[in-house]
Amino acid sequence: MTLSLSGVHTFHGVDVDFAYLVPSGGIVALDGISMAVLKKLEQTSLTKEALVEQMVISGYSAEAAAESIDELESVRAIQVGASIYEPSQPLPDEFPLQSIVLNVTNQCNLSCSYCYEFGEDKIATPEGKKKFMDMETAKASVDYLFNESGDRASVHITFFGGETLMNFPLMKQVVAYARQEAEERGRNVEFSLTTNATLLSTTIVEFLAENGVGVTVSMDGTKEMQDKFRIFANGNGSYDIIRPKVQELIAKHTNRPVGARVTMTSGAMDVRKIYQHLKHELGFHEVAFAPVTTSPDRLYSIGEPGMDSVLRQFSELADEYLEHALRGEHHGFSNVSDTLAELHQGVNKALPCGAGLGMVGVGPSGDIAPCHRFVDSDEHVMGHITTGIDKEKRADFLGRGNIDTKYDCHTCWARPLCAGGCHHEAYVRYGDTGHANLHYCDWIRSWTNKCLEIYGAIAEKNPSFLQHFAERKAA
Amino acid sequence: MKHLHAINKKAARIEAQVAAEKEDIVALQNRPAAPQPHVPMGCSIVFSPGWEVDSAGGTAGLCQPVERDIYDCYVTCFWPAQVPDHLNNYPDWTSKCALATKDWRNVDIVFP
Repeated sequence: MTLSLSGVHTFHGVDVDFAYLVPSGGIVALDGISMAVLKKLEQTSLTKEALVEQMVISGYSAEAAAESIDELESVRAIQVGASIYEPSQPLPDEFPLQSIVLNVTNQCNLSCSYCYEFGEDKIATPEGKKKFMDMETAKASVDYLFNESGDRASVHITFFGGETLMNFPLMKQVVAYARQEAEERGRNVEFSLTTNATLLSTTIVEFLAENGVGVTVSMDGTKEMQDKFRIFANGNGSYDIIRPKVQELIAKHTNRPVGARVTMTSGAMDVRKIYQHLKHELGFHEVAFAPVTTSPDRLYSIGEPGMDSVLRQFSELADEYLEHALRGEHHGFSNVSDTLAELHQGVNKALPCGAGLGMVGVGPSGDIAPCHRFVDSDEHVMGHITTGIDKEKRADFLGRGNIDTKYDCHTCWARPLCAGGCHHEAYVRYGDTGHANLHYCDWIRSWTNKCLEIYGAIAEKNPSFLQHFAERKAA
Repeated sequence: MKHLHAINKKAARIEAQVAAEKEDIVALQNRPAAPQPHVPMGCSIVFSPGWEVDSAGGTAGLCQPVERDIYDCYVTCFWPAQVPDHLNNYPDWTSKCALATKDWRNVDIVFP
C-alpha cells in the first residue's frame, strides 16, 4: 500500500512552513524534511520505502525521513491508502442553548434597499403576525433560554430587529427580568444589541453603558457609502442623523467594545476607506465586513470582479493587522481576529454556525427560528417559545446543513471553518438551507489561506499575542 | 514529536494523544515527569480480577504493563508474555481467585 496525502493544506508564515490538518483543524509547524515529504506526496503516492529513498536522494538521512513520515502519519497528515472523507461525529442528543436572539420587532424606520428582511430577496412572511414582541413572549423566551441551557454558567441574549430600538421599552424590561432570573438561578447573563443607531438617545446610551450591553451598529462607511442604500422611506440618507449619535455612544459606552458591522455592496466596496473612516474617524473599536446576501442579479450585488477587489483589499488590511499584532497592538479588523480565534482553537465544524444548536432566534410572535435571519418565515419556523422546539424540524434543518451531506465540500481543505457557509445565504441563492455556498468557495479558500499565513506569522514572531485568543469563544 | 511542532490548541491535543498512545506501554518508572491518568487502551477499563502489586503494596515496582488488568489479558486476550498460558499448561492458574480484590494473593507466580 502506498502513502498519500490526507486532507492537509500547507502554508508559509515568515520563515517557517506550516500544515493545516483538515480532518482535525490542527495546525503544526513543519521542519524541512516534513515539508519535503508532503510536497513529494502532493505529486504522487509512494510506499514508505520509496518515499524514504526519495528523501535520501534529496539529501536527508533515512532515519529522519522514516521518523518524519511516522509523525505525519500519527497526526493524520498522510495515510496509507487513498484519502477518504471521514464523516463528522454524530451530534449529541441534547445541545444546551447558549444564546437566544430576540427579534423584538420586525418593523424598521430605515428602508435599506438590500435588506434581507424587507428587500427583494426577503424570506420573511410577517403578514398577520405581531409587529412588536410583548413582554409575555419575551419573558417566556428568557425562561426558555435558562431552562434549556443545561448547566452553562453564562447565557447570552441578543436584541435584534427590524430596528431593535423601536422596541426599546421592551428591551429595558427584558434586561431587568433576565438579570433577576439569572440571580435567582445563580447564573450569569450577558446582552448585546444590533442597531442602525438612528434612534439612539442620551438616555438609551446611558442605559446601554450602565448595563454593559454590547453594541453593534450596522453602518456602511462614509456619508457617500452609507447614504447609497441605508436610507429612510423618503429616500433620505441616514448618515447625518447617526454620526453624532454614534460618536456619543462610543464616547460614553466604554465598558464594552462598540463594533461596526458593514454590509458590503456595489456601493460600498472600498474596504480601506471604510475601515479608516469607521475606526479612526468615528472611533469604533472593531469593524466587521460582510458582503450583502443577495441573488446575483441585484443592483447592489458585488459580483465576481468586485469580490476579487474586496479580497485584495481584505488582504492589505489583514497585513496591517499583522503589523499591529507583531507589535502586540490591537487592530480592529474583526474578520481577521474572528478567524484567528477559530484557527487557534482548531475548530472543526460539522455545521457552519450555531443556528438551531446553541442559538435560536425568536420572532415577535414567539415563533422559534434557527436564527434571526429566518425569523418570521413560515417555511423555517421550528417551534414556538411556549411549546419549545419541534425536534423533527430541527433534525431536518441540522441534517441538511451538516457538512456530511455537502458532498462538494468533502474535498475542500477550508471545510473545518466554512462547513459550506451560511444557511440563510444558501437559501437565498439556492433555495435550500443545506446547499453548499459554491459561489464563494474560491474566495473563502483565498481568505482562509491569508488568515492562516497571518496566524503562522504571529505564531512564529509573537506567539504571546495568540494568548488573546486562548480563552476567547470561537464565533 | 521531533519534526512537527504543534501550534494551535487542537494540534496540542493531537500531540498529547499521540504521545499518550505511544507512552501507554512503558514501564511505570519511565513515565514522563508530569503525572497523567493511566488509561488502559484496548483492554478492560473496569476493575476485574487480576490486579497485582509489588512488594511495597503499590504498582510502581512492577514490570510493564502488569498494572493493567492482567486477568482480562489472561482470559479474553492471549498474551503469553504476560500471563500463564491457560489453554494448555496452566488452566487452573486463577481457580483459587474468584474475587481478585480479595484473593489476589492466590494468583501465584508461575515458573515455566
